[in-house]
Amino acid sequence: MAAKTLTIDGKHVSVDESATILDAAVDAGIYIPTLCHLDGVYDVGACRLCLVEVAGSSKLLPACTTKVSEGMEIQTDTERLRQYRRITLEQLFAERNHVCSVCVANGHCELQTLAYRQGMDHVRYDYRFPQWEVDSTHSLFGLDHNRCILCTRCVRVCWHIEGAGTLNVSGRGAQARIITDLNQPWGTSDTCTKCGKCVMACPTGALFYKGATVGEMERDRTKLEFIVTAREKKQWIAD
Amino acid sequence: MDIEDLVEIAEKERASRKKHVIRCCLAAGCMASDSKGVKEALDKAVQEAGLQDQVEVRGVGCMKLCCQGPLVQVDTHESGATVQVGDDNQGPLYLKVTPESAPSLIATLTGGQTSLQRGNPKAPFFTEQAPIVLANSGIVDPERIESYIAAEGYQALHDVLREMTPKEVVDTMIASGLRGRGGAGYPTGLKWATVAKTPSQQKYIICNGDEGDPGAFMDRSVLESDPHCVLEGMAIAAYAVGANQGFIYVRAEYPLAISRLQTAIKQAKKLGLLGSGIFESPFTFNIDLRIGAGAFVCGEETALMASVEGLRGSPRPRPPFPAESGLWSWPTLINNVETFANVAPIMRKGAEWFASIGTEKCKGTKVFALAGKITNTGLIEVPMGTPLRKIVEVLGGGAPDGGRIKAVQTGGPSGGCIAAEELDTPVDYDSLAKLGSIMGSGGMIVMDEATQMVDVARFFMEFCMDESCGKCVPCRTGTVQMHSLLKKILAREATARDLQKLEELCDMVRHTSLCGLGQTAPNPILSTLRFFRNEYTALLKDDVHNGRNKNHPAPEPAPAPAAGPATGS
Ligand SMILES: Cc1cc2nc3c(=O)[nH]c(=O)nc-3n(C[C@H](O)[C@H](O)[C@H](O)COP(=O)(O)O)c2cc1C
Ligand code: SF4
Ligand code: FES
Repeated sequence: MAAKTLTIDGKHVSVDESATILDAAVDAGIYIPTLCHLDGVYDVGACRLCLVEVAGSSKLLPACTTKVSEGMEIQTDTERLRQYRRITLEQLFAERNHVCSVCVANGHCELQTLAYRQGMDHVRYDYRFPQWEVDSTHSLFGLDHNRCILCTRCVRVCWHIEGAGTLNVSGRGAQARIITDLNQPWGTSDTCTKCGKCVMACPTGALFYKGATVGEMERDRTKLEFIVTAREKKQWIAD
Repeated sequence: MDIEDLVEIAEKERASRKKHVIRCCLAAGCMASDSKGVKEALDKAVQEAGLQDQVEVRGVGCMKLCCQGPLVQVDTHESGATVQVGDDNQGPLYLKVTPESAPSLIATLTGGQTSLQRGNPKAPFFTEQAPIVLANSGIVDPERIESYIAAEGYQALHDVLREMTPKEVVDTMIASGLRGRGGAGYPTGLKWATVAKTPSQQKYIICNGDEGDPGAFMDRSVLESDPHCVLEGMAIAAYAVGANQGFIYVRAEYPLAISRLQTAIKQAKKLGLLGSGIFESPFTFNIDLRIGAGAFVCGEETALMASVEGLRGSPRPRPPFPAESGLWSWPTLINNVETFANVAPIMRKGAEWFASIGTEKCKGTKVFALAGKITNTGLIEVPMGTPLRKIVEVLGGGAPDGGRIKAVQTGGPSGGCIAAEELDTPVDYDSLAKLGSIMGSGGMIVMDEATQMVDVARFFMEFCMDESCGKCVPCRTGTVQMHSLLKKILAREATARDLQKLEELCDMVRHTSLCGLGQTAPNPILSTLRFFRNEYTALLKDDVHNGRNKNHPAPEPAPAPAAGPATGS
């Protein structure tokens, strides 16, 4: 197993060559904000919060999808990056209807936590107030498009961990949204196994257990982690 | 098929040439004004005049001066004369031909008169062009492979397969200095070398014919006018990099290009110029078409490959680049239509010949779709480094009705506006980039003094907003916010702070978006701000009470900037 050495924010780090910048930072105890990343599923580099500066690269690179290389010099927390992260978060809050005080995930929401942490205390852009529906046709779960940030974590766990392939993205740009099966009510889906992994994966209040009320919605990620670890380490295969 | 067979086809085709060849444009532009009806009427008129033995009415590809279509040109050579490619294009050129006027046009062959408007084939619009990619366009019949073979077609493929190693082909491409015509201008030879060097049991070639920029029709014209030259270029590339399967990705909005490509592929297969054992060598190569549903983002290479695989057409972060991991994760060479169309001429005439055209860093020619407020709209091909002024004033004939040109937009939604005082800029990748625009795939829109630049920026931003795939946050939400800020400015409701917010967003979207669409979406705003900032500021209102008190009476709006002389100079 070959190792690479690099510096992150001036700190020397040594990691396996297959690691991403994000892996290396986590290893070294350096925090990089992430939103679309979820441990155990492949990364898509969509939220752009984990962008870092790498010496010699004119482009900012997403830490979650960029592999480490020897001698890399990485900056994760410059003034410029902080500003881009704040704008990105403001944009997310302005895009759909994220009203924390009436949200099931209030207090347990990754978007909310990130905004606190990045010091985003108000939104300078016009709120779009789009009209999105809530799909509550499923017997156990609900999908509130108003709170969806299109991180596609749910789609990825549905396809790559559960293997059901129920969830997907339809539409383009601001009209993009999560759909179930062939764009039909979730309750009528033939493929959904009701495993609930999507709900566990969601960073906001967009996917929730039915019956949860304001602030009640907590995610149980341990179950997801258990399955992912078991699969990676082939723990279910008898010797 | 071997070289003798090829030569035989070419000679037979040349020998069967009739005295008069009447070329009638059957590319999409002229077809839209019924050139198909014109061709049928010409055929009928020839029959009625009993001139079948002397006259061939040939449907051809784009004859370039699209604004005057349907175009028809008559070339006369004594029968038996050896006619070379390039000997044509000299005879009388008729503009705006109608089916009704066909008999009178045929009558001119026997001394009659016609009242049809005549064009001048010696006008600078034609003589200042330097066709390589479009050399056959408007001359060969795109639906007959024999016509292409008579114009030296598929000879380069033969020579490459029988006389050169793949490495020599790659080296020739590197020496030619050709750069990708799809927008970014990446050196084609280097890209081929990377794919060639990557060891793999399977490799693919893709021809990018998505062409989604509004106003661009270069690639469509090449595919409609000379499909075989793209097929030949792809086959040479496949041999060079070691691929045996190619895909051409064309948008469904180009039905004529699709049908001509289908015909061309069928004909090439029948003659053994595609398939297995081409020219009796061990080389096997097949080409299939993939039809896109017409999303701009599907022109982006990683989104295009996802689309070919049958997935949602959204981009993914690079690296890995397609050359290492492309279609179904195999090494893949992806080039633009025009890039491939340059390949056979380079192989035929040599890298030095090609490298002698253009500028030091940008070799060869570039095809542009000239549109907007300009006398001659249509398709032009000029050497790299031709000054913008020459394109606009000499070839394009300037603004119609003595109007004044204010700016030229290049590069479509990813490009920018170049102010009239910069018209002496040579058109090449680097000079345009220095001015905050890009070469792009070759759209060129000329704007006159009546154009409101903020509105131009709004138009392109609306396009990017609608075409954003929605995957990454900066582009999906940023284009919406930038668009709404532009609308606010146009409605005279914005303050200096809004303009500041707009500039901040431009910077952020440009540096944080995942793919080229988002990274270049702010360009139309940035370049209009650079040259026409006063048009933005003239639309701003005062920042009364920090803009918070909506009931406070606003001061009188600033006077309209629309028609006044442009820049701050
Ligand atoms: C949003 C977007 C749209 C694009 N559209 C096209 C296109 O329509 N045709 C094209 O050839 N390249 C297009 N490109 C560039 C391709 O990604 C790629 O660079 C090109 O096909 C490579 O070919 P070349 O090296 O021959 O230029 C586009 C890029 C972006 C970011
Ligand atoms: S920049 Fe725009 S088009 Fe490109 S991936 Fe992001 S959202 Fe999609
Ligand atoms: S976590 Fe890397 S882009 Fe979202």
